Amino acid sequence: MHEFDLSSAIVQTVNKHAAGRKVTHITLRVGRLRQVVKDTLLFYLAIVGKDTPCEGATLEIIDVPAVLRCKTCKDEWEIEIPAFICGTCGPGAVEVATGEEFMVESIEVEDEKEAACTAPR
Amino acid sequence: MHRTKVRVVEDALDANNTIAGANRGDFDRADVTVVNLMSAPGAGKTTLLERGLAGLDEEGLRVGVLEGDVQGSFDADRLAILHIPVVQLNTDNGFGGECHLDANMVRSALPDVPLADIDVLIVENVGNLVCPAEFRIGEDSRIMVCSVTEGEDKPLKYPLMFRACELVVINKVDLLQHLDFDVDRLEANIKQVNHEATVMRVSAKTGEGVDEFRAWLKALPARVAAAAIHAHDHDHAHGDHDHGHDHPDHEHATA
Repeated sequence: MHEFDLSSAIVQTVNKHAAGRKVTHITLRVGRLRQVVKDTLLFYLAIVGKDTPCEGATLEIIDVPAVLRCKTCKDEWEIEIPAFICGTCGPGAVEVATGEEFMVESIEVEDEKEAACTAPR
Repeated sequence: MHRTKVRVVEDALDANNTIAGANRGDFDRADVTVVNLMSAPGAGKTTLLERGLAGLDEEGLRVGVLEGDVQGSFDADRLAILHIPVVQLNTDNGFGGECHLDANMVRSALPDVPLADIDVLIVENVGNLVCPAEFRIGEDSRIMVCSVTEGEDKPLKYPLMFRACELVVINKVDLLQHLDFDVDRLEANIKQVNHEATVMRVSAKTGEGVDEFRAWLKALPARVAAAAIHAHDHDHAHGDHDHGHDHPDHEHATA
């Protein structure tokens, strides 16, 4: 259900960087811990992006695996279930290495001429 | 027509986080500690506040509440008996309400919140275990209420929410005698996703464990202030801010 609001956040971010140009493609980087349902996100993006520069843009989602790191033994491992525990050192010193990302990685826009990127940072 | 690829690399929730930062600035200037109180619908957030906040001003802690609801002022009306500042914030924007509070909604309500007259502001979020965990509102601490009628597996199903919280209040423990519910298992599951979380067993109805919640709340402003000083020293020692973003290399991701 959070995909609707996440879609709005994506469209807002993309349109800011598009700076009025038509967006043809959006690449997202989404960590597995964000619990985002891709099909639902696609469904809402089509609705939220309508009548904005995003309308009709294709979407690519780069899945980022949920990887934990133990601050004590420095071991890193990927998890498939939410168990935030180091097999060697226990639960105390575990941090998330990757998997919490929710980034707009890049967009492709239509330009009148071949110009360098002028999108605001 | 030429197509240009624009590198963005921006958290899609940055716009919300920027406003949350502005809220945080206002709270800090007013010396108010802010708590984001979250739970599933019906877990007992408002009952916990009714019981937990009563008479706290006489014990030296002035608390205000910002009540987030999809619609109506039922919760704010219930808290009126406490004679503390309560501000209602409805998320209904005409075609059905939002399922969470975001930084901008909280910002819009701030002019009504008497920040100068309170030490702690509790923002009671909309009942929901998913969306509220994603939208920072400028809070110092996050509490979630989880009741024993919800199932022991909830931390494993909603890790995003359980990981975001500093305190998990297990509520309605007075019902345990009637339920086939393993509260130790719930606590173990909470610890499995969030080892750092403080866990309390409470019945907001009978008052069991509520004193512990009150003590936690009373100690919060000093603890937040101490953590801020520590973070400040840490920043100076390292000369850099940790923004908490990890940017994995491309080869680690699977497209």
